[in-house]
Amino acid sequence: MEEVDVNPTVTNIPAIRHGKHMGFAWGPEDILVYETQFKASGPSLSGPGGSFIHKVRKDEDIHSPILRKLFNESHHIFVGLQTIKEDVPSKSKKPQFVSISRNYRSVIRACMEELQQVAVSTKDTEMATQYGNQVSILLAIELIWNLCEVLFIDAAPAGSLLLHLLDWVRLHNADADEKAKDVLQSDSPAEHHHYWDVVVSYVLQGRLEEARQMLAKQATRQPASRNMYKLMDGLLSKMPFYNPGGTQTLTEFDVKWRNWHEEVDRYLKDNSFSSNYHLELICKILVGDEDALLEQKELLSTWYHFLITRLLYCHPTVKPIELHYYAQSCLTMFLDSRSVQEPLDSILLAAFEFDIYLVIKDCSIVLNNWWFVAHLTDLLDHCKLLHSHNLNFGSNMREFLLIEYASGLFTHHSLWQCAVDYFDHCPELGRACLELQIERVPLDTERKALKVLRICEDRQMSEQVRSICKIMAMRALRNNRLGSALSWSIRAKDAAFATLISERFLQDYCTKGTFSDLDLIDNLGPAMLLSDRLTFLGKYREFHKLYGEKRFKEAAKLLLSLMTAKIAPRSFWMTLLTDALPLLEQKEVIFSADQTYELMYCLEELTSSLDTAAPGADSPMQEQDVEQTKVELLRLSLARNLAMAIVKEGTVDT
Amino acid sequence: RALRGWLLRISTPLSSRLCGDNKVSVWSIGDPGSLGLEDGFEGDPQLICEHKHDGDVLDLQFLDQERIVTVSSTGAVTIFRHHQNSQTVSVSQQWPRAHRYPCDDAPGTGVACSSPEIVTVGEDGRIIVFRADHEGVVRVIENADSSTLHAVTYLRTTEVLTVNSFGQLKLWDLRQQNNSPSQVLSLSGDRVPLYCVDRHPNQQHIVATGGQDGMLCVWDVRQGSMPFSLMEAHSAEMWEVHFHPTNPDHLFTCSEDGSLLHWETASPSERPSFLQGGGSSSMTSRSAMAPAGGNQSIMSAWLCGDPSKSRLETTHMLPSQTLSVNSLDVLGQCLVCGTDGEAIFVNRQVPV
Repeated sequence: MEEVDVNPTVTNIPAIRHGKHMGFAWGPEDILVYETQFKASGPSLSGPGGSFIHKVRKDEDIHSPILRKLFNESHHIFVGLQTIKEDVPSKSKKPQFVSISRNYRSVIRACMEELQQVAVSTKDTEMATQYGNQVSILLAIELIWNLCEVLFIDAAPAGSLLLHLLDWVRLHNADADEKAKDVLQSDSPAEHHHYWDVVVSYVLQGRLEEARQMLAKQATRQPASRNMYKLMDGLLSKMPFYNPGGTQTLTEFDVKWRNWHEEVDRYLKDNSFSSNYHLELICKILVGDEDALLEQKELLSTWYHFLITRLLYCHPTVKPIELHYYAQSCLTMFLDSRSVQEPLDSILLAAFEFDIYLVIKDCSIVLNNWWFVAHLTDLLDHCKLLHSHNLNFGSNMREFLLIEYASGLFTHHSLWQCAVDYFDHCPELGRACLELQIERVPLDTERKALKVLRICEDRQMSEQVRSICKIMAMRALRNNRLGSALSWSIRAKDAAFATLISERFLQDYCTKGTFSDLDLIDNLGPAMLLSDRLTFLGKYREFHKLYGEKRFKEAAKLLLSLMTAKIAPRSFWMTLLTDALPLLEQKEVIFSADQTYELMYCLEELTSSLDTAAPGADSPMQEQDVEQTKVELLRLSLARNLAMAIVKEGTVDT
Repeated sequence: RALRGWLLRISTPLSSRLCGDNKVSVWSIGDPGSLGLEDGFEGDPQLICEHKHDGDVLDLQFLDQERIVTVSSTGAVTIFRHHQNSQTVSVSQQWPRAHRYPCDDAPGTGVACSSPEIVTVGEDGRIIVFRADHEGVVRVIENADSSTLHAVTYLRTTEVLTVNSFGQLKLWDLRQQNNSPSQVLSLSGDRVPLYCVDRHPNQQHIVATGGQDGMLCVWDVRQGSMPFSLMEAHSAEMWEVHFHPTNPDHLFTCSEDGSLLHWETASPSERPSFLQGGGSSSMTSRSAMAPAGGNQSIMSAWLCGDPSKSRLETTHMLPSQTLSVNSLDVLGQCLVCGTDGEAIFVNRQVPV
């Protein structure tokens, strides 16, 4: 069996000047190329060549609006297939698998029809050719899939096998029906120039009832040859067809068929039909005469039609394992010196040889995306037809193909969600691939980010959740949307980032003197506990509220606790102490003596740490002066307050 | 049937409008009056016309019979006009970068219309008021929210309600010049982001919201700052909630988990559910909080604190498992929804 040999296609990059070397980098579905200054001989200049990066993409199908339906609908079927229960024995699942296979095929057909309509109606010739190409590829795909369904999934035994193959051939030969339509619609069908073509086509496809009906029209026109037509009609009606559901065994059918065959042969040798060229031709076909069949090349149009017809009239009880002998010889006979074996022919031949792996391999080479091989392999794997054919890099073939297909989908801005399900059903490598891919989905809107997050959370991909939330939070922070940033860090339970955001809020307060985004800080709720800094922010705001409501004692207590409980960062203590000043300066004593001692202690702690820190040459003299003044003011206020507090507490109300 | 079903709205009975991720398309789902169909899902919608759209369509709303307003992921607000006689769609007016960051695009997230006024909200936390056929922007409320505003709806002709990432509903009185909300409501406990909001068609104080945890909350805006009832609806984010416009005992929600639920509430007693003056004892036993204006209010079955006491029926509307249902709309007996599987489902015989 020769391998399919397809020469790699050459694509010219128009913008890169001839003779220049290209640099390249692989992407998930494409290659990025750029012009370089590299010289094969002699020293190369450094620096960039052209100023463009070119994206070269092989698979355009993903971006075709009509083919997208194929991807979406087949995704639906794929997911349904995965959920078929494993415990039921394979035998009883066969009808289910066949029905799933038919679903896939009907999706292909629906796409094909729509493409065909658009191809016909479009005025752009280039688009029309493109659509036309896609239609023929889909036709070929459906042909191969159908054959695989007949041979591998349905796996009919001898007898039924031929019937299924007949159906297969009939489905893919629309010509006969089109001609028949023309003929029947004409005024005098029997005189139509395609009339005999139609009759012979029917016979070639084993549609003997319809052939008989057509012949009847001719018979009425030629009363003189009435007997001949009657004889032919009789022969056609008596041809036995195997009935799988009936009581007749295969051997009985074989005997019956042989008898019929001999009868037809006798009439042929008797020259019963010699006066009518057409009827004799039909008789020869019925007897399975190879030369007569080969003469009908045009009507047969393909070697596999020839194969099936030949089997029908020579060996209807063909066994599956015998198929490939006939297939090979038919192919050779049909192809003359002018025509060349196409990849499609090799693939079909591989199918007739029951070499599943070769079919899949050849299809992978010939087709430009993985859709077909991935889905077919998956279905065959479910039918337990693939042995664990381990590939070099450790995964099995089904997984490999599904992952390749899904990776291609992932780069699409909308189909990536379908791809997730494919990864889910690859037990070995799927999760790892998904983890890599999901982080690279572009997050242009929050809604898209939410969808990606939901996918990650459902699969416990906590790393990715953190990473995505961080990306969104950073972006929000950059655009000064502190609330959004906080909301993202809450989702990721990212304490570090929440601290960062709180710092921003506090910085804003220090510079502006008021809080921005009060609606947020006032309503943190349980989220406040996410990070210490956030808690501080919430509590600090509470302090301000209490102060605003003139609940000074509570405000004072809170302020103190912020420092003593070490909730406030050291850097903020100065601000807090400064906030304490108005409370200290009130007529009424607010801070008790004990509280005042604690405040003093905090101040000392703060100043001592400031002193030990080397006085930086970079901090201007003015700042140091301001600091000094503040500290002195505080000391004064604290001392005065202490005095008043001691007096007040010492006074006994009489 | 397979189409990028990202956002849809139903207008007059004859057509349903849906958007592609880069197109605004107008479809016809046939005349609902002429049906002899058993299966509500028969018959594909027919594409009538479409127009390119820059960026993802994040929300879409009818302004009037002919005009549609969209907000885009580029921050643009666009009015499309559907020309009925020529069956085409064209851009009638656009405000590019209405929502924006200083050096980046900010997606718009929601739009509400009360012709000729249009209100949009976006990820930049702005509320913008437009007037159709007016060149500039009528009013901008800068930094209305420090987090993202996810949806907006009109409460009254001069009041709008927004929801944000901190689970807060904010009421904005557009007649006031100050840039702060007149009322803020929120959930206690976890501040779960809210993604959708809809107002009861007849009773303007009743509002339903849905958010990240898939819970359906019904609020009474007049009283309290907390939701009236919380119901577990979906297992993932709820993207849209809609009261049926003419039969508000019915509510529809759709979610990221791929389901579309039809909620039907029946009045708990056989008697008519409206009250004239004074409450009856059976009323108070039903709801945890008696309505403040109980004298002349029509007691809505939605405002029962205990969902088990009011008969609330929930039905799944989609036949099988799908990817996320992003958007839905309902008119009469017709329900339309769009999914991430690029499919649109049309049900023409919704039992309302």
